[in-house]
Amino acid sequence: MIEFKNASKTFRLGKREVNAVKGVSLAIEQGEIFGIIGFSGAGKSTLLRLVNLLEQPTSGAIQIQGVDLATLPKKELRKLRRKIGMIFQNFNLFSSRTVAGNVAYPLKLAGIPKKEINERVSELLSFVGLTDKANDYPEQLSGGQKQRVGIARALATSPDILICDEATSALDPDTTSDILRLLKKVNHELGITVLLITHEMHVIQSICDRVAVMEEGEVIEVGSVFDTFTNPKHPTTKRFIKSVENDLPSAKLLREWREKGGKRLYRVTFKGEITNAPVLSQITQKYSVDFNIVHGYIRELQERLFGNLLISFEGNADAIESAMIELQSIVDVEEVELDAG
Amino acid sequence: MRVDWTTFWPRILESTGETIFMVILTLIFGSILGIGFGLLLYVTRKGNILENQLVFQIMNIFINIIRPIPFIIFLVAISPLTRLVVGTTIGTWAAIFPMTIAASFGIARIVENNLVSIDPGVVEAAKAMGASPFQIIYTVLIPEALGPLILGLTFVTVSLIDFSAMAGTVGGGGLGHVAMTYGYQRFDGSVMLVTVIILIILVQLAQWLGNTISRKIMRR
Repeated sequence: MIEFKNASKTFRLGKREVNAVKGVSLAIEQGEIFGIIGFSGAGKSTLLRLVNLLEQPTSGAIQIQGVDLATLPKKELRKLRRKIGMIFQNFNLFSSRTVAGNVAYPLKLAGIPKKEINERVSELLSFVGLTDKANDYPEQLSGGQKQRVGIARALATSPDILICDEATSALDPDTTSDILRLLKKVNHELGITVLLITHEMHVIQSICDRVAVMEEGEVIEVGSVFDTFTNPKHPTTKRFIKSVENDLPSAKLLREWREKGGKRLYRVTFKGEITNAPVLSQITQKYSVDFNIVHGYIRELQERLFGNLLISFEGNADAIESAMIELQSIVDVEEVELDAG
Repeated sequence: MRVDWTTFWPRILESTGETIFMVILTLIFGSILGIGFGLLLYVTRKGNILENQLVFQIMNIFINIIRPIPFIIFLVAISPLTRLVVGTTIGTWAAIFPMTIAASFGIARIVENNLVSIDPGVVEAAKAMGASPFQIIYTVLIPEALGPLILGLTFVTVSLIDFSAMAGTVGGGGLGHVAMTYGYQRFDGSVMLVTVIILIILVQLAQWLGNTISRKIMRR
């Protein structure tokens, strides 16, 4: 659907050269929600703009359904851009136009007859739930409503792809969830491929199928959201996951726990089907070992469960050892260094 | 030698009409040229939709050369060109020509300033939707900047009333001419007073109209 082939973008700021995107190769499949996460300055915004050629790649190529946009004449490029909807962090609505006027704008550019435009606009406004705001001006709307207008406007020309530039970063958590739900609806009901960039891991966690992590212009990790969350490779990826899932209790709690004579702590992680079986209870009963869950979480990711628990075991040392060995054959177990906190 | 007010009123009325005529025509011609120049300045700026350093720099320097010249001097300095274009240097049309030139440069700057204050994100959005540079100019830049632009044009209109009075003193007709020949040269204070009051009323009217229209466009 969208393919980056060793794409690079270098900006020249005076005498200094900034390599915003460095040799990125990435393939986004039709119908998926693909997220690119990175800290600010990682180059994700530039990468996104290479898709609809708002930025020209310095080297490499970007293909949309096999077509390299950079090779198209300007007129063809503008036509193809209508098949790539775009929404923005600051919404970028036209303040001189009403809500309906904003949504109608891309249709007017495409030269669609007025009657058809009106029908399409009311259809789109009902899709995003803003039918009653048609004649309002953007400044009368809340942030979430503005983004809904942005989405309706981006969908007007029935695109195959929707690219989202930090679409929820200016919104509060509740509104963010609303907009994410809407994006999911766009993907599910209309079958539109969604490519989004964000610096918020929970955005990736809640709607993306696959994720790419960017740092200093490069993609450092790509994978399904489930794999990336359950088995992150790169330290930066781990940092992003920590931002949404804190897998260690605070240093203060750990210290208190140890002072009270706390035993060894084990991290038990498990995913998928195994979460349905009473594994922990069965094995500890078998060896007459008690267990105590100290800290942890169980999450649903892409409709699969993932658990990450800190557990202490009490009982005969040999029995604990045997229980551990049996447990390790079913789920992942590792001892946690207490000083690590 | 005092004027006879019973016969002088029609003269005042006629001059007021001339002044309004000069100002309105200058505003129309000046706006057409000025908005064109201003848009050209903006779109050729660095990083803009039709970036062109050469065009931008030439326009920029040219405007900076013309604008600081006091109008009364510009009016006289440009008179050979006025004669060439209009055929004479006396009368309202001869005043409209230099006023238009001077106004268009001022308007160009005002247009450019208002366009610069438009959020570049809006232009980017239009681009992403497949708008051509020309479409961006007339469907995004002009509508988005229109409210402040009207206020800018109002400011220019007030200056034009001022310009027209100056043009009047060198044979351009209008209230300036009346004030100069009857009020100043014949020491008739009452003529001076009446022309000043009429000029004040014209300025107030122009400002009120500009404020009303721009408020309507900006919805505040």
